[in-house]
Amino acid sequence: MAAIQIQRVEKSYRSLKALNGVSLTIEEGEFFGLLGPNGAGKTTLISIIAGLNRADAGSVAIHGHDVVSDYRRARQLLGVVPQELVFDPFFTVRETLRIQSGYFGLKNNDAWIDEVMHHLDLTSKADANMRALSGGMKRRVLVAQALVHKPPVIVLDEPTAGVDVELRQTLWKFVARLNREGHTVVLTTHYLEEAQALCNRVAMLKGGQVVALDTTSSLIKRIAGSQLIVRLASGALPDELRPLVLHPDELTPGKRQYSLRVNEYTEVELILAKLRLSGAQIEDLHLQQADLEDVFIQIMEGVK
Amino acid sequence: MTGFQTLFYKEILRFWKVATQTVAAPVLTAVLYLLIFGHVLEGHVQVYPGVKYTAFLVPGLVMMSVLQNAFANSSSSLIQSKITGNLVFVLLPPLSHWEIFGAYVLAAVVRGVVVGTGVFAVTAWFAHMSFVAPWWIAIFALLGAAILATMGLIAGIWAEKFDQLAAFQNFLIMPATFLSGVFYSVHSLPPFWQAVSHGNPFFYMIDGFRYGFFGQSDINPLVSCGVVIVFLLVLVSFAVRLLKSGYKLRH
Repeated sequence: MAAIQIQRVEKSYRSLKALNGVSLTIEEGEFFGLLGPNGAGKTTLISIIAGLNRADAGSVAIHGHDVVSDYRRARQLLGVVPQELVFDPFFTVRETLRIQSGYFGLKNNDAWIDEVMHHLDLTSKADANMRALSGGMKRRVLVAQALVHKPPVIVLDEPTAGVDVELRQTLWKFVARLNREGHTVVLTTHYLEEAQALCNRVAMLKGGQVVALDTTSSLIKRIAGSQLIVRLASGALPDELRPLVLHPDELTPGKRQYSLRVNEYTEVELILAKLRLSGAQIEDLHLQQADLEDVFIQIMEGVK
Repeated sequence: MTGFQTLFYKEILRFWKVATQTVAAPVLTAVLYLLIFGHVLEGHVQVYPGVKYTAFLVPGLVMMSVLQNAFANSSSSLIQSKITGNLVFVLLPPLSHWEIFGAYVLAAVVRGVVVGTGVFAVTAWFAHMSFVAPWWIAIFALLGAAILATMGLIAGIWAEKFDQLAAFQNFLIMPATFLSGVFYSVHSLPPFWQAVSHGNPFFYMIDGFRYGFFGQSDINPLVSCGVVIVFLLVLVSFAVRLLKSGYKLRH
């Protein structure tokens, strides 16, 4: 059964269509990335999954439990780290985590609370008031709060926005471990290298619609490919290579450097052979691997 | 059940951690009312035969404190959580709307009763009090607190900013409390205002509560109790419906 099943979800805020028929299936055990520019609808979608917002149309189910009609079971299976840095100023870290456990029906949860605090380097702050914590520490508590009930599905909405390198590493180590142990993880982030390193599959949202959905590696291969960057000492680019040029402005007369699209490594040999035949002299040459950022930019600009 | 218990416990802890502000301050305010109005009006006003004005005033002030603090607790807790955003901690777990309703309202009732008891403990020193029907005292205190706690919940759900909540409090709760006969018997009013007072549910709460002390009231306490229960049921069903629909909480 799918960890999260999203079917034709629509949501409008007055005249703004935030989500326009989003369908996604996230399988159990996946590390799934939800990417898109600001205002693409990522947080709205997560809020609907979490039951914080209600969809105008369509449905969302967690392990088969509808988030509206069967909300108690759906929410029990879900841990959400909200994007906003929120906290309750009346309580200490330990009180906060005990209270959150209680909301999920757990009474004696201290062993797990201690373990979560240990993995997030929070143990030394256990009895500190929430107000006294730095932003990074508050973020850790938010992550811990989402995990008190050991949810099989964990959703993190930009957990590393404005967070230092140390916490990012601590956090990803812990989340990756949870994923290895079988938890499904859904992540939104603006750091595409993080998404590329962690997510086995990504969906890209734009204007409230899914514009790309694939495994991270095949998305990179399919959409961006690699680039062979050639600078010529003399001669011109043969006509048959011109369609491979990725940036049209490189074709204006006087330019000597070209970025050529390469889908397979064998194509490099062909390109070199053609250049040799045309009599062009190569001054410099290197192969550039595409990454998720290239894919992101190409998709968001509407270039496929 | 654990979810409800935890939210209730958290709501109690929230006001108890700042008890100077949430318990001691309202007790002091009530004592000041008693000292000043008691001093000025004692000997000039006699509402019921054989009952001094200060003694008449004590139950009114106790009930006013119960009502205002019950309202303040649920409404301010909700609006603070909404504005700071930490209401998500309550909205994300599998708490049902009845659990959320019950926890917020019961905690507010507890605060109202704690403050009311405090006010009574201090003001009773200044007057000779009798307890003709203690059950009526308890029933009206609890029902009144539950009504205002529910109104506080509704106001907290509806308000988006502190000034909207303040408007609810200043233009609805305060006038309804002051015009309910806290400081006087509505029988001393001109007929028109007497009739208006009878349309104010708060009047029945305070009148019935006072009956418990003196065995005298403007209205039969059974009638008052009926009015108060009906009013409470209407508010409860409205509040629970708001919570269930997610109005202003789950957009």
